[in-house]
Amino acid sequence: MAKIMRPVEMEKCIGCYCCMLACARQVHSSLSLDRSGIQVRTLGGLTAGFQAVVCLACLPAPCAEACPTGAYRQRKGGGVRYSRESCIRCGSCKEACPVDAIIMDRESGEPVVCYHCGRCVSFCPHSCLAMTEGKKPKGDVI
Amino acid sequence: MLSHGYVRIMEVNLDNGKGRVIKREDLVNHLGGSGLAAALYQEYGLPEESPFHPDQPLIFAIGPLNALFPLMSKVVLGFKSPYNGYYAETHAGGRMGTIMRFADIDALVIRGKAKRPSYLVAGSREINVKDARHLWGLDTTLTARLIRQKEARAHGKRSILRIGVSGENLVKIAGINVDTFRHFGRLGAGALMGSKFLKAIMLIGDASFDLDFGPSYKKLYKRLFQDLVGSDLMTKYHGLGTTGNVLPLEKMKSLPVKNMQATTFPEAEGISGEYFADNLLLRQVACTGCPIGCIHIGLLREKFGEEHEYCYRQVSYDHEPVFAMGSMLGISRAEEVITLLDRVEKYGLDVISTGVALAWATEALEKELISKEETLVPYKFGSSKEYLEGIRYLSEGTNEFYRLLGEGVSAAASNYGGEDFACVLGQEMAGYATGPIFFVSQAMGFRHSHLDTAGYQLDQMPEEFTPERAVELLEEEERQRVLLTSMVACLFARKLYTPEVLQEALEAVGLKEQGKSLEELGEGIRRLRWRVKFSTGFKPEKTVIPRRFTEIVNVKGVSSKEYMKDLIKLYSRSINNLRDQEK
Repeated sequence: MAKIMRPVEMEKCIGCYCCMLACARQVHSSLSLDRSGIQVRTLGGLTAGFQAVVCLACLPAPCAEACPTGAYRQRKGGGVRYSRESCIRCGSCKEACPVDAIIMDRESGEPVVCYHCGRCVSFCPHSCLAMTEGKKPKGDVI
Repeated sequence: MLSHGYVRIMEVNLDNGKGRVIKREDLVNHLGGSGLAAALYQEYGLPEESPFHPDQPLIFAIGPLNALFPLMSKVVLGFKSPYNGYYAETHAGGRMGTIMRFADIDALVIRGKAKRPSYLVAGSREINVKDARHLWGLDTTLTARLIRQKEARAHGKRSILRIGVSGENLVKIAGINVDTFRHFGRLGAGALMGSKFLKAIMLIGDASFDLDFGPSYKKLYKRLFQDLVGSDLMTKYHGLGTTGNVLPLEKMKSLPVKNMQATTFPEAEGISGEYFADNLLLRQVACTGCPIGCIHIGLLREKFGEEHEYCYRQVSYDHEPVFAMGSMLGISRAEEVITLLDRVEKYGLDVISTGVALAWATEALEKELISKEETLVPYKFGSSKEYLEGIRYLSEGTNEFYRLLGEGVSAAASNYGGEDFACVLGQEMAGYATGPIFFVSQAMGFRHSHLDTAGYQLDQMPEEFTPERAVELLEEEERQRVLLTSMVACLFARKLYTPEVLQEALEAVGLKEQGKSLEELGEGIRRLRWRVKFSTGFKPEKTVIPRRFTEIVNVKGVSSKEYMKDLIKLYSRSINNLRDQEK
């Protein structure tokens, strides 16, 4: 089954953002903090530790359910696949995401979400991120 | 961004709260950081006017490689120093370097004076000078918290600079705090912000760029990242951090103790990196874009009431702050060091200058050059509670004595006496009493920092260097460092970013010309920044090394006065040559 990328040990995160820069660079061919499927944030200033806002690989995925054109389609094991051609940049997926893990790119208007490709994992210096087994469906998958 | 063939400069004029953005193709050969800041000071600066002239600029500059490669995480601030009146640089890390990249600003030039306390919000689509009357008088922690709450957007992609009460009061040893744990600490940049009624700056990194450099860029990034993380090149910076230096320095008679009346400290264990790590280290955090994580945060649980009442303090520690609030003041308990650091942080002072100033005041009091009438509290080496008060007096300029001491130890000593034991090398000394080459190199180095040329390394080598050879080696070191500070790299990465690797990196991001002529450009930058410093009146031959530096034992014994005199003469000649050389 397809694997999913999870921030398994964020307690060890040092807030270097190398994962975000890696996602932008490797997946989106961009130099960016926004065009990244993973978003590291502080929990209120640097003294409070870090959290990763990232796709939880829902199965079924509410963002895919909300997508009116099928640009977001359910991925096996959780999460979504994206078709740029079908996307009308309506933002319904962003609205539907329960954990705010989808960002609408300011320049292109396209949604950016984690595709669970794992290319960020080797750029985490503290092994906070890992590829884990995919999920089994909960409820009906559209 | 330089890779696009220009530098993008944001000018902000506080007189009217307006700004503009300009693209300059003609500045690309100044690279960035040190080079760009010096070039811009030549344009915007008023070398002959007072540092507090309202039109003096604050120039924050990043370089061609910020955010593009690991450890390219620093910002250079170029300004006319309120401390010594010369053109100066101070450097900081944190988030700011990367956030400036994503704010699409290569250099931020701030001029003018606001009509009332203000803060600036700037991003790729925003320039906004806002009312900060409610923030004036607040400490640096609360100031940042209130700005974060008010400007609740771009979470994790903001960088917040702010001054404390000391900067507001134009204390000439006030710094600028950056993102809670980093600082533009030295040479009085905080006072310059205060003189402009500028309490804080919030930068927003909200722009994205398409990468079109070809595959060699991604390949090189990966290789450098793996070199950093996969080897032990950086272990010491993440592990114990720079406080790992405390015990080795003490062992080699190089730790300044009690206003450098001694260089050994039998109680050094209590403020060692090992003690901090075992007992107080909460965790490490990183500057944005750097996988090392050298920022060590100490956590102190403090009992404040009888009935099991506790609060806690979190503050970053490094060798310099620990020497300044520890050994220099005779304090041997790391817990007390944390409490003092927390206060310095909140009032926004330069911690090194503060520690050295309080140490000088303690010795001056011992020698009865001053009395409790001046100091208000009876300073005693090893007792932290009086120093805790002293930090406040310095920041607030409570009386004439503290107002003078806030201008630096030399200013106070020239009024009260005690120049012989003023531990000043251009500015208050850094925590390396290694010997004559360091003493002269800090006193004469471009930013009067131990980081200019690393003279302390030469003192520790077994060889005896002739003054001629020492100057050659210092020049060589400065050449490499000025390249790094024009990129703008963290100097911890100096072993990774050799000139060859820098060339490769520049070429990988489309800067082939600059890569090829790097050595020549570096030399041009080195010359330019010294010339800018000369234009503000700097005279290297006037360098003075106070007597205390010739009285104490260091790595190779007592430093010879004659040797340092020769070194100053030769080093002055070398720096003066840079001024006089034809381009």
